[in-house]
Amino acid sequence: MTDSPQDDLILAASSPQAIGALTDDGPVAPPTSRGRDIWSQFRKHKGAMLGLGFLSFITLAVLVGPYIYTVDPQKLDIRAKDFRPIYTALWDSSAKVGWNKPLGSDQLGRDNLAQMLAGGRASMAVGWAAMLLSVLIGTAVGVLAGFFKQLDGVLMRLTDLFLALPILPLLLLAVTLFRQPLRAGFGPEGGMFILIVSIVAITSWMPTARIVRGDVLAIKEREFVLAARSIGSTPGKLIRRHILPNVLSPILVSAALGLATAIITESALSFLGVGFPSDFPTWGKMLADAVQRMERFPERVMLPGIAISLTVLSVNYLGDGLRDALDPRIRGR
Amino acid sequence: MLTYATRRTILAIPTLLFISFVIFMLLQLAPGDPMAQVPLTVPPDVKQKMREALGLGAPPLVQYWKWLVQVFWIEPQVLIDWIFGTSLAEGKLRVISWQTRSPVMDIILQRIPQTLWVVGVAYVVAILIALPIGVYSAYRQYSVFDQAGTFVTMIGFSIPPFFTGPLLIVIFSVISLETWWLPVLPSIYDTTHVVNDWQSFGFQVKQMTMPVMVLAFQITAQLSRYMRASMLDNLGQDYVRTARAKGLSEAVVVNVHVLRNSMIPVITVIALGIPAIFGGAIITETVFKVNGIGQLLLTALFANDLPMVMTLTFIFAVLIVVFNLIADILYGLLDPRIRYD
Repeated sequence: MTDSPQDDLILAASSPQAIGALTDDGPVAPPTSRGRDIWSQFRKHKGAMLGLGFLSFITLAVLVGPYIYTVDPQKLDIRAKDFRPIYTALWDSSAKVGWNKPLGSDQLGRDNLAQMLAGGRASMAVGWAAMLLSVLIGTAVGVLAGFFKQLDGVLMRLTDLFLALPILPLLLLAVTLFRQPLRAGFGPEGGMFILIVSIVAITSWMPTARIVRGDVLAIKEREFVLAARSIGSTPGKLIRRHILPNVLSPILVSAALGLATAIITESALSFLGVGFPSDFPTWGKMLADAVQRMERFPERVMLPGIAISLTVLSVNYLGDGLRDALDPRIRGR
Repeated sequence: MLTYATRRTILAIPTLLFISFVIFMLLQLAPGDPMAQVPLTVPPDVKQKMREALGLGAPPLVQYWKWLVQVFWIEPQVLIDWIFGTSLAEGKLRVISWQTRSPVMDIILQRIPQTLWVVGVAYVVAILIALPIGVYSAYRQYSVFDQAGTFVTMIGFSIPPFFTGPLLIVIFSVISLETWWLPVLPSIYDTTHVVNDWQSFGFQVKQMTMPVMVLAFQITAQLSRYMRASMLDNLGQDYVRTARAKGLSEAVVVNVHVLRNSMIPVITVIALGIPAIFGGAIITETVFKVNGIGQLLLTALFANDLPMVMTLTFIFAVLIVVFNLIADILYGLLDPRIRYD
């Protein structure tokens, strides 16, 4: 109503002048986009910012690190075995340390820093791939179940069925069963990568599917979907243009949590000895190998353990911050 | 409510049958051979006869049917025999482990006490710690206590048990040997230990401390989050204001009115976690060498002991389905607003 200048004039002439405190010259700050709002809310969450920083640091380190520190992590150097990390020399001058092995070496003389970088690469790759696959399956099942009524019953029973499966025993089962054929098909490392990624994804998509289905059910009944349907949008277009963008935030949050679970599951499998082949370093396997010698070399347990824990902690904080930033009820308060 | 419970129970039976069928067919794909450990001097035709004696010659569906009969018909008879001293299962074939050639159920019964002691105690300890923490951090939201609680919970979520386990061993079994102020705890759980006096009881407590700490840390992290969220939901409700307005003391308002209502979802979460007690904590049991159910499953998997793996996994699935059902029914019973029919 008050958009045209004439209306303003009429209003100004007819109504008494508003008291000084209530008059506004205009908006104080220029309108901001949704992305900028989310980012400014996200920045207020200290833990999430720290998490984002550490996750970027560790991702960069494992991506770029092996090109800077070019020692082969699988090279056996039996003469230089059991080196302590360089900082041990600070309190123990008789410790076996060397500048060429900054974090020491293990019982076969493999360089710990190179192993940490390579192991991180494996853990992060498995984590990201499994998370992406799991979110993909979860979103697909959730959207289909929420959007198409005929599929709802079947897909949700399927989700319940998967939720009723004992996860860790089944993971162990699947790894021991399919290890041989996949190794024969894709090589020892490639086969295990495919196997671990797929079974972690297959056993972890259910929470995403449930959340997405709930949101789709609510959004489907909104007017803008009805409007889009009335101008003849096909179901595929409706889902892609109107529904998916609106369920993006729960998907992002469950993706962050999924990344944490995937990294932990991969490390747990390596720790139990059913993960990657024994000469291929991952954080979980380094930890498992070091447990027998932890009285003499506690750092070999601490380094990979701290790496796993800090990565997962930062991902969890990132997820927490994302949840707050993407929730419009919390944002702006 | 009764019709709902009956319907769910009846629905659970096909679900469990389907799960058992899926697990059985998965195991059929197993590349392992139970005769792999038999000496090479045994001729192949004898080996084939030994395989057939284990029941491996029959088609998969027949094998599955025989397993079903053994688990659902013969094992209950054995149980009845054991309780009443009858002889119903005399001479009938039970589910036999390929590793030890003894009935699977007997081995499981031998292993269950260890798991129940360690994991069960950890669960109780975790509940006792988590509930007060959750209540207090919700009551003083954003206080220092709440912030610290949130941080510790985050750590509990993030540090995997295969790191906390060795970490505790390094602290309490390695470093503590050289210092006087840390208690020295055994890093290996001695299952043959018999408790018959105060001294042996003290040792039992000592050897249980570390595995219980590892498990309780994780469970506390999850439960206290649920408790806090549920308390926060209820603290803002109108009935809380009414309770305060009519002059009830703060202790009564929080500990009676709010706590009772907040416990409803938390109790279902606790019920949902109980299968994990029986399922054992595979990783914690491995780290501290507790020979419980989880460790049994792991060794059976590595030894290709398919009947053992099959039966154990099926028992886990039964527990999960049953406790899901119990949680749903409890939810309906405790919260009169929820109507299933």
